[in-house]
Amino acid sequence: MKIAVPVKFVPDLVEELTIDSGGTALDTSWLRLIINEFDDHAVEQAILLKERGGGQVIVAMSEAEGADDFLFASAAKGADQLIKLTGDFSASNNHALARAYADLLKELQPDLILTGVQAHNDLDGSVGPLLAEYLGMPYVGYVSGLTVAGDKVTVRKEYAGGLIAEMEVNLPAVLGIQAAEQPPRYVAYSKIRQVMGTAKIEERVVADLDLSGGITVSRMFQPEVAERATMIEGSPEEVADKIIGILKELGTL
Amino acid sequence: MSQDIFVVVEHLREQVADISHVMLAGARQLSGSTGGKVMAVLLGQNTQGLANSLAADGVLYVDHPSLAEFTSDAYQLALAGLIQERSPRAVIFGHSSIGMDIASGLSAKLGFPVVSSCRNFTADGKFVSQICGGKIMAEGELPAPTALVTMVPGGYKAEEGNQPPAVETIAAPALDNLRISIKQYIEPDTSDVDISKEAVLVSVGRGIQNKDNIELATELAEALGCAVSASRPVVDQGWMPTTRLVGKSGKRVKPKIYLALGISGAPEHVEGMSDSQVIIAVNTDSNAPIYNIAKYGTTVDMFDLLPVLTDKVKQAK
Ligand SMILES: Cc1cc2nc3c(=O)[nH]c(=O)nc-3n(C[C@H](O)[C@H](O)[C@H](O)COP(=O)(O)OP(=O)(O)OC[C@H]3O[C@@H](n4cnc5c(N)ncnc54)[C@H](O)[C@@H]3O)c2cc1C
Ligand SMILES: Nc1ncnc2c1ncn2[C@@H]1O[C@H](COP(=O)(O)O)[C@@H](O)[C@H]1O
Repeated sequence: MKIAVPVKFVPDLVEELTIDSGGTALDTSWLRLIINEFDDHAVEQAILLKERGGGQVIVAMSEAEGADDFLFASAAKGADQLIKLTGDFSASNNHALARAYADLLKELQPDLILTGVQAHNDLDGSVGPLLAEYLGMPYVGYVSGLTVAGDKVTVRKEYAGGLIAEMEVNLPAVLGIQAAEQPPRYVAYSKIRQVMGTAKIEERVVADLDLSGGITVSRMFQPEVAERATMIEGSPEEVADKIIGILKELGTL
Repeated sequence: MSQDIFVVVEHLREQVADISHVMLAGARQLSGSTGGKVMAVLLGQNTQGLANSLAADGVLYVDHPSLAEFTSDAYQLALAGLIQERSPRAVIFGHSSIGMDIASGLSAKLGFPVVSSCRNFTADGKFVSQICGGKIMAEGELPAPTALVTMVPGGYKAEEGNQPPAVETIAAPALDNLRISIKQYIEPDTSDVDISKEAVLVSVGRGIQNKDNIELATELAEALGCAVSASRPVVDQGWMPTTRLVGKSGKRVKPKIYLALGISGAPEHVEGMSDSQVIIAVNTDSNAPIYNIAKYGTTVDMFDLLPVLTDKVKQAK
């Protein structure tokens, strides 16, 4: 069983996000990037599958600050092959990215590709299903658990309200992971340090991205809000008193 | 090539999903600038009756045993031919467990770009999408000749039609070599408290930091005589059971008071609680999107606030 996990870094949403002077993109100069949380789950799910049924886990991502650390951490968790795509991705779009990864994956021939269900930085949730189509594989997203049996995988697909559909999918397949069966594991830095000595990151240069199929954003802006919250200022005591007042007003206390 | 707007109707187990009515409302507005008709596309088996509630100018209905339950495989095959043949100006899907599984695959198959997370259309027919967890909006021209769009709720009110639209039944293409099949549905757990019935919810987000701290929220909830609910990361970390999840993949709640502790207000969370009567948000980030929908907010640290608030609630009783 060969499992490939393409992962991506996204802006940390707790930070302030600003729009660049062109007005059509995020200002990336101060942007702090972190791993897309669903990709962390996808890596975890891949490692769990390996622990359960054996196999090989490949983690691949494009060049970004912190990429090496993430890849080494994945190796410390149990990933076998680490790949970094380098090249100019600045003008790229989801179709271009999916084609670049599809080329890589055609060569690696995994049985299973796990992506995150979506990443929140651009127009989301596209790369997984695009990859599937470019590779001629089926795609199921919103997956929170799976079992491999022979040349099929049984996945738990989430619908609203907690309803789950159990689906059987032929391998090879692409699955968009919403949550791993257990929370992503923590790995001690000492262990990552150890791995750094032995694990190797393979770099692949992507030249000439085919940019067709993308969309163009003509304006980015902060959402216009009808009414922002009334802020309660003061010490915790004062704030608590105000909240008590609101609870009483609504007859809930 | 037509100017019609197609809406791929989402339904599950004989129920039209709310997002379908939201998409139809969006399509109605968009059709105002394109000049075409709003056509609902309904796929299923013996589900023609679902057409009755749709606020569309017409319904294109495809009936086939392989469409009895949603799978991306069969849906994509059934839609690809129809879209190619009729070339609508836009096809709208839900940005959901159903729509997201098919829209991008069709984009690659048909070569039409996909606009995702669209919240609304402007009067002159541009898309406005919600990105970065609701912190940023992105606007642009709808790609031509045909745009595929996935739509999030929030931009339009779900409205049902008041008279059944005309239904045109379309022959299904061959749906062979399907690679996905449904085995069963697993019902949500109903043994726990039903958070959608609570008058007050103390809801915790990732800001709670760890499992042990949940106790702080539980104490407050006990003092108030209400339940604790949670955002997705809290559930995914195993700190709270899935039955307490509020949002897109969890429950929709509308208590009198929703106290959001350390919740940023991501669109997927907001989808489940925006109908609450009064939202009080406690979040140290004064730019958090939760303040866009909360009535009251405070940036005090919740770990400073919680013990004090719990004490005061106990005293007030
Ligand atoms: C397909 C899909 C479905 C999803 N379904 C759901 C769903 O049903 N429900 C759901 O909730 N999410 C859902 N999500 C996830 C959603 O996108 C967000 O990731 C999630 O809602 C964020 O949860 P949060 O607000 O708790 O965490 P974060 O976004 O990390 O926010 C934590 C907040 O805590 C604040 N904070 C930190 N420390 C403190 C402190 N000491 N005091 C006060 N504030 C503090 C921070 O400022 C921050 O704003 C879904 C995502 C996808 C892709
Ligand atoms: N630049 C990228 N490099 C590697 N994987 C990516 C990249 N962009 C997207 N993905 C994968 O596709 C998923 C969905 O991303 P998106 O379509 O951007 O929402 C992510 O969770 C990743 O698994």
